[in-house]
Amino acid sequence: MRVAERRPLPLRIRTDGIAPIVALLVVLLILVAFVQPDFLAPSSLMSFLGRSAPIILLAAGQYFVIVCGEFDLSVGSLVTAQVVVAARLIDSDPSRTWPVVVLLLAGGALVGLVNGLVTTVLRVPSFITTLGMFLILVGAVYLWSDGAPKGGLSEEFRRFGRRAIEDVPLLGRIPYALLVLVVVAAVAVVLTRSDFGRTLVAVGDNPRTAELSGVRVVRTKTIAFMLSGLAAAVAAILLGGYSGVSFQAGVGLEFGAITAVVLGGVALGGGRGSVVGAMLGALTLETLFALMNFTGVSGALRSTVQGVIILLAVAVSSLRSSSSR
Amino acid sequence: MRRSMTALAAVSVLVLAGCATDEPTASPSGTASAAAGSGTGEQSKFFVQADYDNELALLDAAPTGPADKPWEQVLNPKMVDTAKYRKPGKHKICFSNAALNNPWRQVGFKTMQAEVEAQRSRISEFVHVDAEGKDQKQIADINDLLGKKCDALIVSPNTTATLTPAVEAACQAGLPVVVFDRGVNTTCPVTFINPVGGYGFGHVGAEFVSQKMKPGGKVLALRILPGVDVLETRWSAAKIALDKAKVNVVGVEFTDGDPAKTKKIVNDYIQRYGTIDGVWMDAGAVAVAAVEAFQDAGKPVPPMNGEDQLDFLKLWKDKKLTAIAPTYPTYQWRTPIIAALSILDGTQVSNPWKLPQPTITQDNLDQYLDASMPPLHYAMCGCTDLPGYPQRWK
Repeated sequence: MRVAERRPLPLRIRTDGIAPIVALLVVLLILVAFVQPDFLAPSSLMSFLGRSAPIILLAAGQYFVIVCGEFDLSVGSLVTAQVVVAARLIDSDPSRTWPVVVLLLAGGALVGLVNGLVTTVLRVPSFITTLGMFLILVGAVYLWSDGAPKGGLSEEFRRFGRRAIEDVPLLGRIPYALLVLVVVAAVAVVLTRSDFGRTLVAVGDNPRTAELSGVRVVRTKTIAFMLSGLAAAVAAILLGGYSGVSFQAGVGLEFGAITAVVLGGVALGGGRGSVVGAMLGALTLETLFALMNFTGVSGALRSTVQGVIILLAVAVSSLRSSSSR
Repeated sequence: MRRSMTALAAVSVLVLAGCATDEPTASPSGTASAAAGSGTGEQSKFFVQADYDNELALLDAAPTGPADKPWEQVLNPKMVDTAKYRKPGKHKICFSNAALNNPWRQVGFKTMQAEVEAQRSRISEFVHVDAEGKDQKQIADINDLLGKKCDALIVSPNTTATLTPAVEAACQAGLPVVVFDRGVNTTCPVTFINPVGGYGFGHVGAEFVSQKMKPGGKVLALRILPGVDVLETRWSAAKIALDKAKVNVVGVEFTDGDPAKTKKIVNDYIQRYGTIDGVWMDAGAVAVAAVEAFQDAGKPVPPMNGEDQLDFLKLWKDKKLTAIAPTYPTYQWRTPIIAALSILDGTQVSNPWKLPQPTITQDNLDQYLDASMPPLHYAMCGCTDLPGYPQRWK
């Protein structure tokens, strides 16, 4: 495991690629404070963080996949599938909440496992694999539910995404979603600081070298996909809780997560970036959308903004990779 | 290699996003009104004054037919002769369905199946083909059904203009055709069945909301998506009512029928304007999400309209909302079966067959609430007397 020894200074990990996104976030927050001062009131800010939690989680999951040189386009449809499945299995019965939560997490990991194995063992490019998974999940859910969700989510289930600890001094309220986010983010940061995290970056940087250095590329990438699937499962639980049963719960989320990750300074193609950057990217994107809303910019422009960010990120990463050769 | 992979991946991501987010790009009215903070924009190109006047008149018209069976009632009947379609014996009835892709259609189709079961003594076979929301598939479906020796054909068209030639071809094949729910641009079907319609729906909700709020208050209008006739007519009627009441329409937003998006939009408006005094919606599917946005923000829920979906009715009762529910009743799915059998008997039917479109108000709310039915069920199904109730709808 020589690769793991290429350990940069801890300080460098912290600042690597994060500075620009922090700066951008601060600028956006100042602009928001200018346009809509109420937005920065503690309770309003807490609610904002709470409802941004799913996309931040998805960005964290997507980070693991992207940094090792792959993509996961199936997360949006996975979120939809999980919300629809949860509604049907729980069927408004509170006692089924926890078994279903466990089942969703297992399901998310399983979908990730399949994505990972198809990509690594069968050597299908990951955007084909996960695009295929996207279509499979969409079709399967459609078939299973006849095209319209059935059943209902229990209040117990919805608590994670919707409720908050109220009347907290100073902060006003702390959404449960935010607590979940903090825990998952902590786990993600620990993971990236571990040997696994460094191996992941090494695989993304140069899979051949990593393999020659004794890294089990297949296992590393497969675990990355499983983490993305797990993140999608947690996001589904929060999102289903936030908005209730919907056939569109996850529509477009894969795109949002990828945009957030590249905005956070993670290189498409892998090998560079941090999970904190990816999560801050998601938060920045959500703040940008909030600002667009407060200034009365049409919501339809969101797609355009996401498209521009992706194109710029790809252009930058292509220029970098060609200049480094 | 990596460079081209990255580029290819980026392209696929963009394509995926293009087909996935489906956000309306053409929303001039939404943008303009959001920026200006008032006004409802230009009238929809779908607006037809005569239809509007007609539908508003129909709202108050007295129906003929049995009072306890609104799916058999007719508003302003215009009877047509059907003697040439008379046919003895049991019948094979075929149904080309636009889609089953939302709870409204699911409830409707189950109601139709139950009606078929109730009429088993007269129907030998019922063939159902689901076009899955695709025009091309429905055109092929209708074409296929023409070769299947159907005695009558029922069509619920996916889109109006594209399906018109297919319906005309079916008429020319000589079998009686019954169109319901959405229309076609031809007079060839024996009858066209639907309730009062979009203008009536939009008008009832907007009148209520603007009357129950303070004068000049702030209204948020939530629409599903632009360009669909039944939804456009709902909005164009609401526009007239809201403009007339001189309320301040601060936003006209498209939700794609997505609860998460709806909650975010409503939440954003609450933050932007502090309070919202009324919410008008062109369909009730995301009404609960809109209510929750106010609840989660710790604000009182303003006067609003929903639809007859049970989750909304329950919330209305539990939280004592100021609400109204214009409906687009799912009981209309019973009528085409009844019409087809009447036509095959040679009995006269009305064309168009306009069904009543009841409104659920505070006064009659209790009679439509049924805690034992699932949250996405539609109260106005007219299905309680049908075989298999309530199990079939659960």
